[in-house]
Amino acid sequence: MNLTLHVWRQANAAAPGRMERYDARNVSEDMSFLEMLDVVNEQLIAESKEPIAFEHDCREGICGSCGFMVNGVAHGPQRGTTVCQLHMRHFKDGEELYLEPWRATAFPVLKDLVVDRGALDRIIAAGGYVSVRTGSAPDGNAISVPKEAADISMDAAACIGCGACVAACPNAAAALFTGAKISHLGTLPQGQAERSRRALRMVEQLSLEDFGACTNIGECEAACPKQIPIEMIARMNHDHLKAAWQTRGARKSGGGE
Amino acid sequence: MKLDSRIPSGPIEQAWDQARFDMKLVNPANKRKFNVIVVGSGLAGGSAAASLGELGYNVKCFCFQDSPRRAHSIAAQGGINAAKNYQNDGDSIYRLFYDTVKGGDFRAREYNVYRLAQNSVNIIDQCVAQGVPFAREYGGALANRSFGGAQVSRTFYARGQTGQQLLLGAYQALEAQVDAGSVKMYTRTEMLDLVIINGKARGIITRNLVTGQIESHAADAVILATGGYGNVFYLSTNAKGSNCTAIWRAHKRGAAFANPCFTQIHPTCIPVSGDYQSKLTLMSESLRNDGRIWVPLKGGDKRSPSQIPENERDYYLERRYPSFGNLVPRDVASRAAKAVCDEGRGVGETGLGVYLDFADSIKRLGKNAIEERYGNLFEMYNRITGEDPYTQPMRIYPAIHYTMGGLWVDYQLMSTIPGMFVLGEANFSDHGANRLGASALMQGLSDGYFVIPYTLGNYLASNKLEKVDTSAPEFAATTKEVNDTIARMLSIKGKRTVSSYHRELGKIMWDNCGMGRNAEGLTKAIQQIQALRQEYWQNVNVPGSGADLNQQLENAGRVADFLELGELMCRDALARNESCGGHFREEYQTEEGEAMRDDENFQYAAAWEYGGENAEPILNKEPLEFKYVHPAQRSYK
Repeated sequence: MNLTLHVWRQANAAAPGRMERYDARNVSEDMSFLEMLDVVNEQLIAESKEPIAFEHDCREGICGSCGFMVNGVAHGPQRGTTVCQLHMRHFKDGEELYLEPWRATAFPVLKDLVVDRGALDRIIAAGGYVSVRTGSAPDGNAISVPKEAADISMDAAACIGCGACVAACPNAAAALFTGAKISHLGTLPQGQAERSRRALRMVEQLSLEDFGACTNIGECEAACPKQIPIEMIARMNHDHLKAAWQTRGARKSGGGE
Repeated sequence: MKLDSRIPSGPIEQAWDQARFDMKLVNPANKRKFNVIVVGSGLAGGSAAASLGELGYNVKCFCFQDSPRRAHSIAAQGGINAAKNYQNDGDSIYRLFYDTVKGGDFRAREYNVYRLAQNSVNIIDQCVAQGVPFAREYGGALANRSFGGAQVSRTFYARGQTGQQLLLGAYQALEAQVDAGSVKMYTRTEMLDLVIINGKARGIITRNLVTGQIESHAADAVILATGGYGNVFYLSTNAKGSNCTAIWRAHKRGAAFANPCFTQIHPTCIPVSGDYQSKLTLMSESLRNDGRIWVPLKGGDKRSPSQIPENERDYYLERRYPSFGNLVPRDVASRAAKAVCDEGRGVGETGLGVYLDFADSIKRLGKNAIEERYGNLFEMYNRITGEDPYTQPMRIYPAIHYTMGGLWVDYQLMSTIPGMFVLGEANFSDHGANRLGASALMQGLSDGYFVIPYTLGNYLASNKLEKVDTSAPEFAATTKEVNDTIARMLSIKGKRTVSSYHRELGKIMWDNCGMGRNAEGLTKAIQQIQALRQEYWQNVNVPGSGADLNQQLENAGRVADFLELGELMCRDALARNESCGGHFREEYQTEEGEAMRDDENFQYAAAWEYGGENAEPILNKEPLEFKYVHPAQRSYK
């Protein structure tokens, strides 16, 4: 099949961007979307033009590196699928496709379709962990985890940190991403000691980055390639509200460690 | 070159305890005075950086991706082994040790492997405490599954995303240290060279992949945890960015490269579908627990699988290896698949594929049970091929997956360059000539959480290291070499793209240094690679400049290194006149087509020393001793 691509080209964060038109010829339906772009790039290099920069690594939908908008939809039209796993059999000959980077103030464009998602790491650093010194853990089976809790936790932990939820959200909120981590750890017995602190600090970090506020629109759930449910945001709000209430007016105690 | 493996003496069961007691310690208050560089943020690098930061060292951690969570450990699917014996099925540390030495076809160091088996139990504890959501039984206890090469169920897993969950555990521990200020993370930063001062590793030169800036970083020790080099074959299950640049450039600075030809071909990957193919996707080995592998009995049978009656199918693994059946180790399963395809009995359009069939399991356990176990893998298969594995068998074929070889390290994980340590897949240590499934995650975390925190301290406490900063002339000299190489690559502006060379190299490697190897092919491959490399430096086209984000330039440097490493792999394969594990020399096989080892002449680790540009590498040998597990021909019949 033959396709027409309109791709966002931007030299760097400071430069203005623009859409450029390219032809993708003889695309096989067994190609992945990124393999189609590989072929376009080889062609561009042959014509002494600059290839399109896009992020990718594992190409099997788990590393979370890839992601851009295809016709306004994060990761393209197939539900529950990263753009690296999206195959060309889902497109028709002659289609016109518009490729744009994630659009969010918190994700500045670095080049073409590549954005800076460092804010997501900073949200994790603010409390998305269980503090456990290496070597100090009890026997694995000393901590009993009901299967249901393990399953919910795993559903949340499946997040790949790609940023599609932010890109899909009209407010550019990172609530699903943050809610997923708070739910992953908050549903496990191991995560209880820091549960309040985690919710307070991570939500605070959200507001320090340039993310918008969540207004329960639900675009994030629809765009998530791992189909993480929006209930994770409810879990975050629950933990945050409870923690905020508990620590209301609490004074910092001093001394000791 | 002198290879001092520093293997402890005394009984193997107490060796690691004794070694730890004998190691010198760094006083807690002094740890913050030491600067440590960790390159790579996967299971090995991430866990090392987190643990060292927690101990109080000043850590700088580097990754080329935009976040440490992207490291390729994330893609490991099936699980992680540990000798917990939670199943009461006869497992023990000694049995895991035994299985690993045997599975590695007697080409690994016994003492390293024993320590790995010991640490395996602590890894599970650590990861559970971090909140890794391992699969659970209804009673709340940890669940296990079985994996190739073992007759006990010792594999812990988190659906088909075990690597992801273990890596997120390490990544979260790492980010906690970033928050605490003990680790400084450098993302989108690639190591391009190692700086050696007075014979010791004292820093690295990096490139900022966004600005193109070349930077110097000084330290008291350098730890490389940069993964494997399977992408030398172009098509592999590795991530596109996985590369050998850090270890190869360290090799050129004096680190011996051990057993480079020991590569693992994974039997269950989705077959190649066209010339544009950019990578191969693994279907977890755990599928072999419930899937049955077969091909048509007769060659050229083009009927659809459902049309082929039971008595016209050949379940060749069950037939050839009745006691292990579909769960034979990876090297054995891969070679058997190649053999039936060479006989013309392969399936699919290309004839390079075998069936992995779940019909019996679905009948026995129900579709729901299969979905629960492998749902995400079935979905992935469906997305890539457009076929539904619930109703028709998967087509699979072997693909390059893992490299057992890597930089040579001693028992303390230090390379032949003092002060440079190598962890995880980047070293050659524990898997011999073939790695068992679910053991890569184990090794990465063992090295990072439970070995390097001790051995690094021992190095720092037993060496008087002079103060060094980036104003030392060695930094300027190495920076100049790095800049010159980049400038040279950008100046060629030839006719062929970087990828076209990479594909060509990959084909040479796969045809001659892949599943089957012989002296004639390897000799020819060495010449072809030399010619290709020469052409590369005259005719490659690297567009753009070095002063901004330039993915072609990044790749060009990596491919240049693969073009050198590929030759060394062929030389190693040519020098090893035996078959063992993943290294199958067609001249050395039994009548039944099994690998034939030559323990008398090749019971050693081959540690290659860089000979210089256009000079031949030098082979050093570390003899391997087997005091506990006696070498025998591996039998899985």
